[in-house]
Amino acid sequence: MIELTIDGIKIKAEEGTTVLEAAREMGIIIPTLCYHPGLSPYGACRICLVEVVKGNHSSLEASCTLPVDQRQVILTNSEKVTRARKLIMELLLSSCPNSKTLQDMAANMGINKVRFKIKDRGCILCGLCVRFCKEQMRSGGIGFVGRGTSRRVATAFDVTPEECRNCGGCEWICPVCEKACMADSLIDGLCGGCQNLVPVETCLVCTGCSESVGPQGHRVY
Amino acid sequence: MKRLRSAVELEQLRVKILNERKPEKPCISICGGTGCHAYGCENVAKAFKNEIKRQGLSKQVELKVTGCHGFCERGPLMVLHPQKIFYQRVSPDDVSEIIAETVIKGNIIDRLLYVEPVSGEKAQFEEDVPFYKRQQRLVFGNNGLIDPTNIEDYLAIGGYSALSKVLFNMQPEEVIEEINKSGLRGRGGGGFPTGRKWESCRNALSSDGIRYVICNADEGDPGAYMDRSLLEGNPHSVMEGMVIGAYAVGAHDGYVYVRLEYPLALKNLGIALGQAREYGFLGQNILGSGFDFDVKISRGGGAFICGESTALMASLEGKVGEPRQKHIHTALQGLYSKPTNLNNVETWANVSLIINRGADWYSQIGTEGSKGTKIFSLVGKINNTGLVEVPMGIRLREIIYDIGGGIPRGKKFKAIQTGGPSGGCLPESLIDLPVDFDRLTKAGSMMGSGGMIVMDEGTCMVDIARYFVNFLTEESCGKCVPCREGLDRMLDILTDITEGRGKKGDIELLEELGGLLKESSLCALGTTASNPVLSTIKYFRAEYEAHIREKRCPAGVCKALITFMVDSEKCTGCGVCLRECPQEAIFGEKKKPHTIDQSKCIRCGLCRDSCKFEAIIVA
Amino acid sequence: MVNDYEKVKAIVDRYGGKHDSVIAILQDVQSEYHYLPEHALRAVAVQLGLPLIQICGVATFFKAFSLKPRGEHTVTVCLGTACHVRGAPAVLDEVKRQLGIEPGNTTDDMRFTLETVNCLGACALGPILVVDGEYQGQMSSRKVKKTLSKYKKTPKDRRHEEIAVSG
Repeated sequence: MIELTIDGIKIKAEEGTTVLEAAREMGIIIPTLCYHPGLSPYGACRICLVEVVKGNHSSLEASCTLPVDQRQVILTNSEKVTRARKLIMELLLSSCPNSKTLQDMAANMGINKVRFKIKDRGCILCGLCVRFCKEQMRSGGIGFVGRGTSRRVATAFDVTPEECRNCGGCEWICPVCEKACMADSLIDGLCGGCQNLVPVETCLVCTGCSESVGPQGHRVY
Repeated sequence: MKRLRSAVELEQLRVKILNERKPEKPCISICGGTGCHAYGCENVAKAFKNEIKRQGLSKQVELKVTGCHGFCERGPLMVLHPQKIFYQRVSPDDVSEIIAETVIKGNIIDRLLYVEPVSGEKAQFEEDVPFYKRQQRLVFGNNGLIDPTNIEDYLAIGGYSALSKVLFNMQPEEVIEEINKSGLRGRGGGGFPTGRKWESCRNALSSDGIRYVICNADEGDPGAYMDRSLLEGNPHSVMEGMVIGAYAVGAHDGYVYVRLEYPLALKNLGIALGQAREYGFLGQNILGSGFDFDVKISRGGGAFICGESTALMASLEGKVGEPRQKHIHTALQGLYSKPTNLNNVETWANVSLIINRGADWYSQIGTEGSKGTKIFSLVGKINNTGLVEVPMGIRLREIIYDIGGGIPRGKKFKAIQTGGPSGGCLPESLIDLPVDFDRLTKAGSMMGSGGMIVMDEGTCMVDIARYFVNFLTEESCGKCVPCREGLDRMLDILTDITEGRGKKGDIELLEELGGLLKESSLCALGTTASNPVLSTIKYFRAEYEAHIREKRCPAGVCKALITFMVDSEKCTGCGVCLRECPQEAIFGEKKKPHTIDQSKCIRCGLCRDSCKFEAIIVA
Repeated sequence: MVNDYEKVKAIVDRYGGKHDSVIAILQDVQSEYHYLPEHALRAVAVQLGLPLIQICGVATFFKAFSLKPRGEHTVTVCLGTACHVRGAPAVLDEVKRQLGIEPGNTTDDMRFTLETVNCLGACALGPILVVDGEYQGQMSSRKVKKTLSKYKKTPKDRRHEEIAVSG
C-alpha cells in the first residue's frame, strides 16, 4: 500500500492506482472531461490537474494518469491549480462554446470572461468516443485524423464504416454534445450558467475542493 | 570480406589498411555534405575525376568525397592532403588549374584561398582558417578525413577500436561507470546525464530480457543540421557508439529513426550498416565476442513531434506520433513497453571518444556542469555560416565574432536564438554568456539540439516569436488542450500584433498563456513552446510595445506596419521598379523620380530588391 | 483495382505484413502512386488486418503523405528559421503569386504542387527554393519568376522574360 497526502488528508492507496482514482475513493472531487472509469486514461484535457509538491517547488500533473507514489503530497484545489484550470476552461469555451457541460463547469469555476477568439470546433478532442469504440466495442469505426488544430474525430473517408455497430456509444459518452440552452446565441462564448443560480447541495464536510465555487463560494450543508 | 572474429583480427586488418596507404600521396578531399551538394560539389568531384583520369594520374592522386567539413558558407570546399591546403568556392572550371599547379607543382592558387575580410589575411592551410582555428573538432573533425561509404577509411583513423576495447576488456557496468564519470549529457536537447540513463535502462525490469537502444535522428529544429551532417559524413562513429551502448545496457536490437527529409543521411547510413555487418561489427557474435546486436533504420514521416522520445517510439510501433506522460520513463518502459535507451546522434558519436581517451580526459573539457564539446549550426545573419564544434563554456561572443566572422553588411548584432522552437532569444547584453546547458536555461533559453540563429537589426523580434509559434501550431500533435488551443490563441494574438491590431493587455495575455503551457502541457513540445515568446517579451518588450501602442515595427519587417517610399533624391527614374512591381503601383516619367501608390502597394519588397541606387526606403 | 491490390500486397509483403511498418509501407505506396489514393489505403488496411480509420489516422498525421494527387513539378520553399531571417516569407509570397496557389495545393492544370518545409539543412544558401529536387539557393523574390519560368512555358510568361532581360 502506498501512503500519500491529498489536500492535507493522509490516505492509503494500492500501487498502480492513479491519484484521481485515489482521490475519488476518498470523496475528493477533481473535475474531469476526458476521463472515464471504464476506459484507459488519456490525459488530454488537463482539467484534472493537481499540484504535486516536492520540497520547495511544485509542478502540475494530470491526476488521471499520475500514479500514486510513496510520500506524495498532492493539492487538488490550490491557487496554482485553479489558475491553470480556469485558463484551460477558457480555452475550451473558446473552442466549444455551445456545450452545457462546459458552460456549467465554467460557471462553477467562476469564469466570467472568455478573452479568446471563438472558434467553434464542436468537439474538445477528449477521445472518449474513440476509446469507447476501440476498447468497449472492440470496433474500429471512428478515430482521430489530422494533427494540431486540424485534428478531428472522423470515420475513414467520412463515410459510415462497415465496422460501425450503430451502438450509439460514441454519442452517449460524449461529455460536450448536450447543448447549452443558450447555444448559438451566446455572447462572447459565455452563458451565465444555471450553476450560478442554483447551489450544489451534496457535501456534509467542506474540504475546499473544486466543486461549488460559484459566486456563493463553498457551501456546507 | 570475411567477418572479423577477434580483437586481434581487427588490429591486423587495421595495420594492413594503413600499410596499403601512403600518407604522402596527394589526396583531394572534397566536401560532400548536402549543403555543398546544393552548391554543385558533385560537378566539381566529377571534373576532378575526369581530369585525373585524363592526365593518367589515377595511381598518383587520390580523390575522396568526404563528409561535411562544416564551413558551409564557402562551399564547394576541398582540402589537399597531406599539406592540408584549403580551397573554398571551388568550381569545375578551377579543376585543371588545381591539378596542374597545386597538386603537381605545389603552387598555391591565391584566388581560391580564404581571405579574412577585416585583416585581408589569406589562409593557406585548413588549420589557419579563423573559422576552424577556434574550434575543437573532436567529434566532427573526422568528417573531412573519411569517405562515409568506405568503412576502411573509418578503420584507418582508429574506428571500432573503442568497441573492441569494450567487448573484450570491459564489463557492461564498467562502461556505464566510464560514461557516468565523463559527465556526458544528452546532445539532443534534454541534456540528461547519459550514464544515468544507461544505468536505469540496464537495471530496469524486463520479464523477457528484451531491451532496445534507439538513435534519435529526427532532427527537427529548423536551422539545425548537425545530426544530419554526422550521419552523412561519419555514420560509423554513431554506429560504434550504439553498439557500445547496447552492450552496456544489455540490448540486442536497435533502431535509428531518421528524418525523411534527409535522403543522403539515409543512403550513407544504409551503406555503413551493410558494411558494418559484412566486417562483423554488427549482427551475431560481433568480433567473435559472443555479443549479438543489429540495427534497423526507420524513416520519419514529416512530424517534428516525433523527435520527442515517446512520440518517436509510438511512430516506431506504427502509430501516430502522440506523446504520452513520462511518469514512467522510457528507460524503464519504452518501445513496446520494454526498457529502452534513446540517445541523440551526437551523443552516440561522443561515446567512442570517451572510451578511447578516457573519462578523465573528457571531463577536463567544458564546464562544471557541461562536459565535452558541442556541435552547433551557426546560421542566419552571420558571415561564416556553418557547423562549428566548440568546448562547452565558450562565450557566445567568441562563437559569433571569432568563428562566425560577425554580422554581414556591417549590420549590428541584435539577438541570437538558441535551442530552436523550444529555446529563446538572447540579446546583446548576454553576449558574454558561457554556453552550457544550465546557463542557457537560466537565461530563459536552452541549448536544445544546437541551432544558433543570429539576428541583426533588420530582424523583428515579434515576427520571430510569431514564426516560432506558427511553426509549433503546425507541428503540435493536437492531443492536449493547452498546446493545441493555447498555441493557436497565442498565434492569433501575435498575428494581430504584427498586423497592427495589437491592443493593451496582449503582452500580459501572452505571458499568461505562456505560463499555462509551461506548467500544464503533456509533453516537452508544449512545455517549451512559450520560450521564444517569453524570452522575446523579456528582452525586447519595447519592440512589442511599439507594435501595439504606436503601430510601428522598428525593424521594418511587419508588412502592415511599414511603408515603402521612393527617396526622390536618390531616384534616377530608371523605371526598373516600375516594371518589377506586380501591382503596377509605381508610376513616374523616365529620368524623373518615381512615386509609389500606397493604396496599391502590397509591400512585397520587389522594388527595394531591384533598385540599384538604394532609392527605395522602408519607413 | 485488382492490379493495385497486387501492387500493394507486394509492398506489404516486403515488410513482412507487420503492423509497426505501417509508415514505411505508406511511404512506399506513395512512391508508387505519387500520392495515397483511397483504394490503396483500403488495400493496406485489409492486408494488415487493421481498421481503415487507423491507416487514415497515420496517413493524415504525417506531413510526408498526400491524399491528393500531386502536380508534375513540386516546388518547395524552405521556411526554416535561418531562411526566415534571410527573407524566405517574401520568397514564398512571390511563389504563391506566381503559381496562384496556397502551400499544400496543386495548380488546376496539375503542373505544380507547392510545399513548404521547415529546414533542409542547407542554411548557408538560404533562402532556398527546391524544384523537383534541385536546390536553388540565395533565392530572392526577384529571382522567383525566372526560376519558375524554366518549368512554365506559356506565351504570357515568355513576354515577361523578354522584359526582364531588356530591363
